[in-house]
Amino acid sequence: MEKRVTFASWTIGILFAVPQLLLIFTFFYWPAGQAVYWSLTLQQPWGGGNIWVGLDNFRSILANADYWNSITASLVFAGISTGLAMFIALVLAALTDRQLAGSRLYRVVLIWPYGIAAPALAMAFRFILAPEAGFLAVVNKGWPGFWDPGLDGADAMASIIIAFSWKYVGYNFIFFLAAFQAIPRSLIEAAAMDGSGVIRRFWDIQFPLITPTIFFLLVINITESFQDSFGIVDIMTSGGPANATNLMVYKIYSDGFKGLDYSGAAAQSIILMVLIVLLTIVQFRFIERRVHYR
Amino acid sequence: MASIAIRDVKKNYAKTQVVHGVDLDFASGEFVVILGPSGCGKSTLLRMIAGLEEISGGTIAIDGTVVNKLEPRQRGCAMVFQNYALYPHMSVAQNIGYSLKVAGVPAGERNQRIQAVARMLELEHLLERKPMALSGGQRQRVAMGRAMIREPKVFLFDEPLSNLDAKLRVQMRSEIRKLHRRLNATSVFVTHDQVEAMTLADRLVVMNGGRVEQVGTPGEIYTRPASRFVATFVGAPAMNILEGTVERDGLSLLGGSRRLATARVGLPVGTKVAMGIRPEAVRLVAPETAGALKATVDLVEELGAGRVIYVDLDGAPFSVMTSEAVHPEPGSTVGLKISPDDMHFFSSETGTRLDVFKASVPEPAL
Repeated sequence: MEKRVTFASWTIGILFAVPQLLLIFTFFYWPAGQAVYWSLTLQQPWGGGNIWVGLDNFRSILANADYWNSITASLVFAGISTGLAMFIALVLAALTDRQLAGSRLYRVVLIWPYGIAAPALAMAFRFILAPEAGFLAVVNKGWPGFWDPGLDGADAMASIIIAFSWKYVGYNFIFFLAAFQAIPRSLIEAAAMDGSGVIRRFWDIQFPLITPTIFFLLVINITESFQDSFGIVDIMTSGGPANATNLMVYKIYSDGFKGLDYSGAAAQSIILMVLIVLLTIVQFRFIERRVHYR
Repeated sequence: MASIAIRDVKKNYAKTQVVHGVDLDFASGEFVVILGPSGCGKSTLLRMIAGLEEISGGTIAIDGTVVNKLEPRQRGCAMVFQNYALYPHMSVAQNIGYSLKVAGVPAGERNQRIQAVARMLELEHLLERKPMALSGGQRQRVAMGRAMIREPKVFLFDEPLSNLDAKLRVQMRSEIRKLHRRLNATSVFVTHDQVEAMTLADRLVVMNGGRVEQVGTPGEIYTRPASRFVATFVGAPAMNILEGTVERDGLSLLGGSRRLATARVGLPVGTKVAMGIRPEAVRLVAPETAGALKATVDLVEELGAGRVIYVDLDGAPFSVMTSEAVHPEPGSTVGLKISPDDMHFFSSETGTRLDVFKASVPEPAL
């Protein structure tokens, strides 16, 4: 049976699509087109015309060691925070699915972090992870200097990873739980009858059946870790210390609006966009193959 | 091969009790069918045997070992689920062989056994397929193969045929019966379909409202139902029940509007009874026949080999099944002849069967 909606006249179809197309054009294609244009010119900081420079902006960015440092930091951040947010959410969802004590509480409480704006939660984590008064202040008492995100680049990176993961654990959890609950109970029971224990059942039955969700969340988490990290970095570390947490998205902002290098920032945003697109393509090409769609 | 002993088994969910103290014994190699309407606790009982449901009270023993606290895998049972519960991401061969893989059977032996089971179930050409690409009957056979391959002591079937169409159901029914004859493992089969129950069972357990109503061979259940519930639940069309009072020389039925002359009831005069008569035991006669009940025909259902005639007995519905070539017109009057031998009596209050004095009463001439 034909499941698509069909229209007698093609103009009606176009009319239905127009509002959405208008939105996408206004908020994506137009700014993206502008960014491409700016990245190929040299903009004057206080306005008043520009000079066409071709790919010079890209050449100078890619020749800059600071920029490569920023790419590395972004990849480290994306890798660890995605892994952490997904792993914790998966464990929590698997436990909740087994209806362990307190599972109803998890379900309600865990979606809240996603509703909190990144700068607000970053502010909270700045206090929580403050070396002189936060949770780790106790450790610092025993080992002075053990934890100091203001001085140690690794500590600063850990801080923003913790804050970001905390936000996305809730988001991932909801999807994982929905995926687990979509697995028919009888499959788990059949596996139990086949002699499979809890852990084995998880790996043999549940895990393969939630791979579509894992894949979806992987794409979303990686993409968001490149983009949604801005507020957290801005409030918690401002890219420091010594550029250790100067993620690509933050560098665009600081180079453009603090350094007033609009053209360089525009070029960086193009590179970031291309990088995300490439990563997504890679994921679809190489990881999606191992996904079992039902 | 294993015997199963169920002793005073109960099941509660929070505050509601769904199984009220069931006692049953299944002999080794027996094919037992548990029959009952939905919600009677039959599936719960099966799942308690399997270990998928905790036992709230009483004990279940398999081969003399109490299994209450054992995990499903330690009980030696295999189960076929209503919706088959095949692993959608595994091929047929992987589905069938999963339990062996879990048990650590080496790949070579595993494949041999998968092949052997597949041959028995005629699944050899489907081994590489995913369950999605199978028909209902094939999925059913894979589910059976998955249960068989472990050579379990006990087979549990949870309404395995209810998702199949009528023709396939009949076919699978006989296949299950044949398999049982071959493997001879103790089998417990849960169903709400009485035809399935009658045809498959060595012994039939009829359950209602979390209690066992009757245990017996299909023949016993049909000819001597222990309660009004069993009487009306087993047999199609259902047994007719007419409320009445025992009198000295017969029965007063339907609040006294009808009388049935028979002295063979063998119950104290004045006893309130529910008189049961199977539709196939009623004979259609001319309305004027002596001792016959007069009734108006409502509807005739043609079954090919016979027909069911629904009649109206002073407002009480009543059915007659006959293989004779009679076709009474709706609205016409017919006579119903009921032999005292075919009557069943149940207590009006408790619904239990009443026939204590039957043998001692001499047969009267009707």
